[in-house]
Amino acid sequence: MEFFREFPSLSRAELASLRRSIDGSFRDFTRSWAETLENFFHPLLRFLVWFENLLLATPWPIILLVIGGLCYAGARSWKITAASVLAFVVIGYFGMWDDTMSTLAIISVATFLCIAIGIPVGILMARSDRMQATITPVLDVMQTIPSFVYLIPVVMLLGIGKVPGLIAVCIYAIPPIVRLTNLGIRLVDKDILEAADAFGASPRQKLWGVQVPLALPNIFAGVNQTIMMALAMVVIASMIGVQGLGVPVLRAISNQYLALGVMNGLAIVALAIIFDRVSQTYGKRLQAHRKGHGHD
Amino acid sequence: MTDTTGADAKVRIRNLYKIFGRAPQKVLPLVKAGLSKTDLLDQHNHVLGIQDVSLDIPEKRIQVVMGLSGSGKSTLIRHINRLIEPTAGEILIDGEDVLTMSASQLQDLRRFKASMVFQKFGLLPHRRIIENVAYGLVVQGKSDADSSKRARHWIDRVGLSGYEDHYPAQLSGGMQQRVGLARALATDAEILLMDEAFSALDPLIRYDMQSILLELQNELHKTIIFITHDLDEALRLGDNIAILRDGAMVQQGDAQEIVLQPADDYIRDFIKDINRGRVIRLGSLASGQAPEGGAVLSGTTLLEDALSQLVDAPGQRLAVSDKTGKVIGAVNLKDALQAMRS
Ligand SMILES: Nc1ncnc2c1ncn2[C@@H]1O[C@H](COP(=O)(O)OP(=O)(O)O)[C@@H](O)[C@H]1O
Ligand SMILES: [Mg+2]
Repeated sequence: MEFFREFPSLSRAELASLRRSIDGSFRDFTRSWAETLENFFHPLLRFLVWFENLLLATPWPIILLVIGGLCYAGARSWKITAASVLAFVVIGYFGMWDDTMSTLAIISVATFLCIAIGIPVGILMARSDRMQATITPVLDVMQTIPSFVYLIPVVMLLGIGKVPGLIAVCIYAIPPIVRLTNLGIRLVDKDILEAADAFGASPRQKLWGVQVPLALPNIFAGVNQTIMMALAMVVIASMIGVQGLGVPVLRAISNQYLALGVMNGLAIVALAIIFDRVSQTYGKRLQAHRKGHGHD
Repeated sequence: MTDTTGADAKVRIRNLYKIFGRAPQKVLPLVKAGLSKTDLLDQHNHVLGIQDVSLDIPEKRIQVVMGLSGSGKSTLIRHINRLIEPTAGEILIDGEDVLTMSASQLQDLRRFKASMVFQKFGLLPHRRIIENVAYGLVVQGKSDADSSKRARHWIDRVGLSGYEDHYPAQLSGGMQQRVGLARALATDAEILLMDEAFSALDPLIRYDMQSILLELQNELHKTIIFITHDLDEALRLGDNIAILRDGAMVQQGDAQEIVLQPADDYIRDFIKDINRGRVIRLGSLASGQAPEGGAVLSGTTLLEDALSQLVDAPGQRLAVSDKTGKVIGAVNLKDALQAMRS
């Protein structure tokens, strides 16, 4: 009966030695590879630092102009543009300009990385069912595993700093762009693909001329979600040394500064809303040609 | 009317079978032994698409393939450019075996030799009309300037000048299918595959599109394989008509042969409501001694067109000649009316 009352498990000593050996081998791996990895990511770090400094060094009126310009180019709406610029003005007025620029830098670079990696992976997934079956569980794990769990090996490997922060953000934020690229391509109308086949289009001509353009609205929804998720990681990333709006939030938590926490939190929300509205209206504009306004 | 057995066949289909399912080769012998479409589905969970179809498609003519929905028309036409792989059989284009072609030969076939028009148009919604029409040319690797020049020409030919910069969704169904037609013609392919190209259109627009096709064909002389489920369309367009049922060929011949000698009840059912006067020609009724003097009508005259002359003729009887002008017999009004009725 003893067997049923207590779950048969490894003994405490066995477990300890198992953990020790895993930790030990990962530490060995870290020792032999940390430098290589650091060198590998060095260009990325340099770019991130350069971009952050650029944002910080540029006079604020110019930044406001650029933000206004980008918002208008994306959304083609004066309302969204004016609201975005106003939000940045308020953020600056409340003394959060520099932190916001740092956050903007890491979010932009993280989004760029996610797009650069996520879209090709999504395309690969769409092209073979086996690929899809392999990658989907990986994405599931990336999305559900608590971020703190992968922060541990990342920090062990690369220490505290911008690059590990960036990697953590990307791990969390990349799944939607991969998934929606895959989905978008798989949802492309079979009749249109057949027409491309019938005219002798090569796989490459089909991919770039038909599948990717027609999947674009979905791909764009993925970019939008990726940005949102990257923003959601700002506070956690600041725990491992990423500058930005997350740092004051962390400070506010440990010192119980309510106002500081709320203000910086709202700044993150404002960024999220701006990114979301601009990218969504842009995405809608992408599919404007699908709606007929002609005769039939 | 059309000799389809001669060497002028552009496309030859020989004993073609297509079975959809997990192990088509396994059930093929059963189908060859005569297992029916329903039994195949019930007992073996395979769908019989095409069974033992052989067809010689004459060059520069319009070959219509007709049949009810699900009879295998789309499956058949997609074998010609091998969008569908057959389970067994042979397909030859200009004597070349389509089934042994390498990937790149097949690509060339689709790019240069056979183009296609689809029931649901299959236009690229994100590209303008001119880019859609130029699509085949761009795929061929032609320069942008050359492609768009030719695209403009074909847009003009189908009567869509002025719509070059519109998007497909801004056009009506009929106009979209003109784009589809222009796209297929722009590649200069000798073979035009049209799968229910006009079936999605309103009757009046459909009639217009048929007229456009006939007009273009008069000048271009393509080898056209035209799929339809509409008998009027088949009779109007087809130089030769093949009728499919449950994937098998039931009858083939020109319109008059099918109307005068329907092979079975399936076809009799098909043709029961048509205007026979617009299909049957005098030549098929000519018999007996021709009357001296009076007009001589050509054997290719449609009954309907001959009626008024027959009414006015002495004894309501007129001589009929063959292609060479030689008198082959006579037709009287009563026989003509009878042929139109039964
Ligand atoms: N990919 C497929 N898988 C299974 N069955 C199919 C497939 N394509 C067509 N069929 C079946 O083959 C038969 C012929 O279809 P189709 O050629 O589309 O007919 P039609 O064009 O004459 O309406 C139908 O019974 C259809 O259900
Ligand atoms: Mg069909």
